[in-house]
Amino acid sequence: MKKKLVMIGNGMAGARCIEEILKRDADMFDITMIGDEPYPNYNRIMLSNVLQGKTTFSEININDWDWYKENHIQLISNERVTEIQREQQQVVTNQGKVIPYDELIIATGSSAFILPVPGHELEGVVGFRTIEDTERMMDAAKQYKKAVVIGGGLLGLEAARGLIDRGMDVHVVHLLPNLMEMQLDREAAKLLQKDLEKQGMKFLMEKKTTEIYGDQRVEGLRFDDGTSVECDLVVMAVGIRPNAAIGREAGLAVGRAIQVNDYMQTSDPQIYAVGECAEHRGIAYGLVAPLYEQGIVLADVLTGKETAGYQGSILSTQLKVAGCDLFSGGEIHESDDTKAIVVQDQLKGVYKKVLVRDNKVVGVVLYGDASDGTRLFSMLKKESDIQEFTNASVLHKAGEESGIDVASMSANETVCGCNGVTKGTIVGAILEHGLTTFNEVKAVTKAGGSCGKCRGVVEAILAHTLGDKFDASAEVTGMCSCTTLSRDEVVEAIREKGMHTPKEVRIVLGFKHEEGCSKCRPALNYYLRMLRPDEYEDDKASRFVNERMDGNIQNDGTFSVVPRMYGGTTTPEDLIRIGEVAKKYNVPLVKITGAARVGLFGVKKEDVPKVWAELEMRSGYAYSKSLRNVKTCVGSQFCRFGTQDSLALGIRLEQEIEMVDTPHKMKMGVTGCPRNCAEVLTKDFGVVCVENGFQLYFGGNGGTEVRECDSLTTVTTEDEVVQMAKAYVQLYRETGIYGERTAPWVDRVGVDKVRMVLENQDQVEKLAARFELARDTYREAWSATLEDEQRRNMYTIEQR
Amino acid sequence: MSTTMNMIKVIKLEDLAIQIGKEVHVKEKSIAIFRLSNGDVRAVSNRCPHKNGPLAEGIVSGEFVFCPLHDWKISLVTGEVQKPDDGCIEVYPTEIRDGYVYLGGL
Repeated sequence: MKKKLVMIGNGMAGARCIEEILKRDADMFDITMIGDEPYPNYNRIMLSNVLQGKTTFSEININDWDWYKENHIQLISNERVTEIQREQQQVVTNQGKVIPYDELIIATGSSAFILPVPGHELEGVVGFRTIEDTERMMDAAKQYKKAVVIGGGLLGLEAARGLIDRGMDVHVVHLLPNLMEMQLDREAAKLLQKDLEKQGMKFLMEKKTTEIYGDQRVEGLRFDDGTSVECDLVVMAVGIRPNAAIGREAGLAVGRAIQVNDYMQTSDPQIYAVGECAEHRGIAYGLVAPLYEQGIVLADVLTGKETAGYQGSILSTQLKVAGCDLFSGGEIHESDDTKAIVVQDQLKGVYKKVLVRDNKVVGVVLYGDASDGTRLFSMLKKESDIQEFTNASVLHKAGEESGIDVASMSANETVCGCNGVTKGTIVGAILEHGLTTFNEVKAVTKAGGSCGKCRGVVEAILAHTLGDKFDASAEVTGMCSCTTLSRDEVVEAIREKGMHTPKEVRIVLGFKHEEGCSKCRPALNYYLRMLRPDEYEDDKASRFVNERMDGNIQNDGTFSVVPRMYGGTTTPEDLIRIGEVAKKYNVPLVKITGAARVGLFGVKKEDVPKVWAELEMRSGYAYSKSLRNVKTCVGSQFCRFGTQDSLALGIRLEQEIEMVDTPHKMKMGVTGCPRNCAEVLTKDFGVVCVENGFQLYFGGNGGTEVRECDSLTTVTTEDEVVQMAKAYVQLYRETGIYGERTAPWVDRVGVDKVRMVLENQDQVEKLAARFELARDTYREAWSATLEDEQRRNMYTIEQR
Repeated sequence: MSTTMNMIKVIKLEDLAIQIGKEVHVKEKSIAIFRLSNGDVRAVSNRCPHKNGPLAEGIVSGEFVFCPLHDWKISLVTGEVQKPDDGCIEVYPTEIRDGYVYLGGL
């Protein structure tokens, strides 16, 4: 006969405790859970993310109905226990059900504390605690404009941010001069308030609410200083009140909450309490980590496992509001026997304080940059001696070696506070599912899936669990999530093994997905054509939409059409035709592009081939990873300073290099004199004309990360410029990573290496010859598509 | 038989290139049809749940399409968005008869 275990409550702490019991011994108890909410248990701390629109209700379920069924747990939901009859060892519900128990756990949690001011029962006054509360707030945001949140603590600020995200005008009322006074000191609180004000939150500080007024629905608040504020919604976030009444009525010892010993036992040895309804050594906790720790202890106790008992928790806090990076743990305020290490950078809005007593960290407050939070908090919990650190270095970011010591973390320790994921869960998932990257761990365990602050710890656990097999850079340099092989390893293998098709490459090299993903499909297509220009047939299905459709997709699914204008030149006839076509097809935007061509933006997909046909112009390849344009100045043809015919040289360069695929897009420039009107020193390849020849530059970028060109050499003829350009482009084609611009490529392979290869005339000739071989396999894209019925067919939309 | 009665003839099978999506408008709905490399024909709503990206233009790998706007990965079999993103799109049953693709569920 199994023992009967009854739990009053169906919240996070209770469910976690049951999970832990099942893990230890699934057959020991007949389990009944009684919860008064009409849901399976859910992750309450994620409600603020639901309100902020970052996740949905269905995503925050911890255990769905099936979990109860699978584990043979009888769940009585939407029903409340009204009485514990200790003599008879049974509980009675409001529906009159009588349920006997051998062991009873009270996990009733707590309720939002509602200020007992006049008007608190008006319509539009809510707490922030349950799914219903959240739904009421979301509904209110649809109909009303003004909200007031009473309470500038963690929950209040998260609620306020969520209401702002839902379009409401929000005031936060706080009794004290500083926000989050339980977790932050004055300095950090001021920085937080400033950042939140920037996000549009308004504050009424040091205001005591005396009355909520309104007829039926709330219309406003009055404060003790005689001022008032209007609103249509009041959210009370002034604290929680443990639901301890059931224990008090049963005659258990109750202080602020139901009192328990280190084994979570109440004054009746057959009744236990966990979570927010329990008071341990005078403290009733309201954060998730301690509740989980209590649940684990209780599971040990009930299943007869050895346990040191619950020793209390040191709390740490993070705020789930974007743009406010903060961490707080342990003691907050200086006292007579603590010393503070403080770093403050007012320019960046960063504030860091570590409180030290007897050479041990006892408190951490970080604002603006909380990346060290986990490491410092772990030093605090382990009571590490910090004598060996110089004071300032305690605050330094963890280097490779002084990183988080995950080896000494216990399996029960919570890594991800948002989703309550422990180290043990993560290690288990890594081993069971063979996970190797942070993103995989996130997908399976949800660790790091909310605020993402614990990413560093998760990666450290991966490294610790997998040992040498873990490569933190794998997510960046492995070609994609299908393989851990780098670009060079893949290209080398294609060369060596003589592989001919992307499918062959993926199978032979053991790609995880036989058909690849959106990252490696275009990359393999590029590498194969680069390596085998004469025989490999381009695979349109492997191309990203822009290159497949020969136009840039816009955010509404329309496309852009940018015709070629060599060197930025055009003719009156072409301009008139562009204008007429743009009018005929109602093109919403005609614009000179960044690459000095005329662009037609917002062309409907089915019109794209017609627009091409009527323009009778070549594609400008404004969508492709290849040469976009050569920017020119007018040069010696018209300019009084021009030293050479930079315009003609630019046009020739563009004609000779266009169309050929490169690892990423390329831009070039030719300028007629050192005044550099064509801005060529931030191009992938730049030419500065001077009296005695042409100075060549390479590796520049004016985009994402500005990089000035390095100088290559000076040549004397136009032919040499063109040959050098071809050799340089081919070198980039053969050694660049797909998706890598020339600027990072040059930094990666080295400026001197590129120069060395291109100083060798023999190499230059061979590279240029290989470039020309490849170029001969390309056909102008738009005319090629117009001639091919199947390709034209890609633009039609069937109407039925 | 009643299920086939409600199927709508939309396109010739041979007009569907393998792994290249096709946009069709049926009853004012925009639907993306795909012919997978294993020969299956799948049809889903042509709107990514994220920012309405036109899924017909996405890269297709196995049973998945990658949205062309922000690379969300979506199953063409279940309609489910793959982790770490979340969501779901409508999936329509397909049938091949006499070389034509028929759509149901509309």
